[in-house]
Amino acid sequence: MATQKTLGESLREHGVTRRGFLKFCAATASMMALPPTMTSAIAAALDKARRPSVIWLSFQECTGCTESLTRSHSPTVENLILDIISLDYHHTLQAASGDAAEEARLAAMKENWGSYLVVVDGSLPGPGSNMGYSTIAGHSNLDILKETVEGAAAVVAVGTCAAFGGLPRAYPNPTGAVAVQDIITNKPIINVSGCPPIPTVITGVLAQYLTFGTLPEMDDYKRPLAFFGQSIHDRCYRRPFYDKGLFAETFDDEGAKAGWCLYRLGCKGPSTYNACATMRWNAGTSWPVESGHPCLGCSEPDFWDAGGFYQALSVPTANATHTLAVAGVAGAVVGGVAAAVAKKQQRHAVADREPVTIEQLEQRL
Amino acid sequence: MTNPMEFLLWTKGPMFNWAIAIFALGMLARLVEIFWLGRKTNYAEARASEWGPGFRTMITRSFADAGTFKRSGFDVLVGWIWHLGFILVLFLFIPHIELIKSVFGVAWPGLPNPIIDAISAVTLVGLVAALVHRLMHPVKQHLSTFEDYLTWGVTFLVVITGYLAYHRLVNPYPIALGLHILSVEIFLIVLPFTKLTHMFTAFIARWYNGAIFGRKGVQS
Ligand code: SF4
Ligand code: SF4
Repeated sequence: MATQKTLGESLREHGVTRRGFLKFCAATASMMALPPTMTSAIAAALDKARRPSVIWLSFQECTGCTESLTRSHSPTVENLILDIISLDYHHTLQAASGDAAEEARLAAMKENWGSYLVVVDGSLPGPGSNMGYSTIAGHSNLDILKETVEGAAAVVAVGTCAAFGGLPRAYPNPTGAVAVQDIITNKPIINVSGCPPIPTVITGVLAQYLTFGTLPEMDDYKRPLAFFGQSIHDRCYRRPFYDKGLFAETFDDEGAKAGWCLYRLGCKGPSTYNACATMRWNAGTSWPVESGHPCLGCSEPDFWDAGGFYQALSVPTANATHTLAVAGVAGAVVGGVAAAVAKKQQRHAVADREPVTIEQLEQRL
Repeated sequence: MTNPMEFLLWTKGPMFNWAIAIFALGMLARLVEIFWLGRKTNYAEARASEWGPGFRTMITRSFADAGTFKRSGFDVLVGWIWHLGFILVLFLFIPHIELIKSVFGVAWPGLPNPIIDAISAVTLVGLVAALVHRLMHPVKQHLSTFEDYLTWGVTFLVVITGYLAYHRLVNPYPIALGLHILSVEIFLIVLPFTKLTHMFTAFIARWYNGAIFGRKGVQS
């Protein structure tokens, strides 16, 4: 495997200028919320870094994450970082097929034992479910994952499916899908969620790992805080409208045209942690909320089951109207019975009343 | 439940269903019982109409007369302030209206968030003032029962968690929102079994009083 060259050597071979490289390092520093003075440190670290071997496993996925990655604006250094890592196995991107492909994976593992990165997109049928739902070369996803992760330095779960189960895990989860972290417990895991994740976030996380050689600081979901530390809502440019209480009511009303907040149209921005509002998509062109569509909450666990995409965040996910009606009728019946019993007792009390005589009362005294 | 989002989805899903079911069952059982037990047939000849005085009393009893105000101005004022604040925030905050629309299918215009925010701040202060007064005042202290503190507690929780969630003062946000929804659910669950039922019965009782007086031809 061609992992001997340093990143700096490879970048120069690809014609990346020093200036372009430094620009990338500065962007990476700012993404990671590091002071600009760190730029040269990052550049030095990346320059000397060996091309790490990366084995990319694709399980139950839609290829959207790879699509996202390959659509990162080219030719930027971000793209080249991916050429520059030694992508030794990737179904969609590799030239080899069949046995040759599987052998490439095994060879990469052997040569880089203990130091390669495993990137996973897609969830996998968990233990206890039918392994036939997703296999590669006759092997179950579960077996391949366990086998490949064995000698890995760390695992990067790219996309909400790999990180949290995603769409395959949506109710009723027919394949018994689970996330990578549900299976792998003995290796460092970085979750890069999003459906799909922003390309620069994927490359940024890899760059961060290469620069520091350590795991980034992460949130409770094992997502790097540098990219997932703030909510969409907190960085949304429509936020002033939210704060003023100005909401678009439909997709084409005056409010929508004026760029008012999309909360009423189902925006899940307040509960979603991702970098869309700051890094944006398509080489910084725009992002969903800017193009007039509410955030779906795609980087959060179970976002497919978190209520309608076009229903406000405060709306319950259960069918509350039905519950209310049924419970109301039941309550009316209970109330009716209680009243009937009370009335009956009243009647009995009147009928069974035994008048007390003066003598009886006096006897008591 | 192992993560903030699961907690939020639990409060928005199964737990919401339970809360609303217990609330609807309990509240309807009580109301039906009250209405059905109702009044005995009154064989005396009606002197005047029930309806007008009934509705009039519903309104007049909601305002303290001069004497009462003089005697317990604090209670009247603070009571009014936080009750009104609670009702305004409940019915005129946009996310609440969206919730009502999804359950009952009806909606109305809301107030701008900053106004709702100010009203909830005042409501919070009012609630705290009411509690402090209850704790300091010897007579009130003597009269207060566990239920009084319980109902104050659940009401306060609803408002404070809402305030914290709106200002995103608890992180991550799904926890903040989930806590607010959960406290509303606790409120809904205890409502039918405590004095909180006055939300529904207060006006019925006032109407009832006025109607009796009206029927007897007495000034109410
Ligand atoms: S559009 Fe969404 S993310 Fe932006 S302010 Fe409104 S609710 Fe928040
Ligand atoms: S705006 Fe929301 S739904 Fe859209 S990509 Fe970003 S996090 Fe995902």
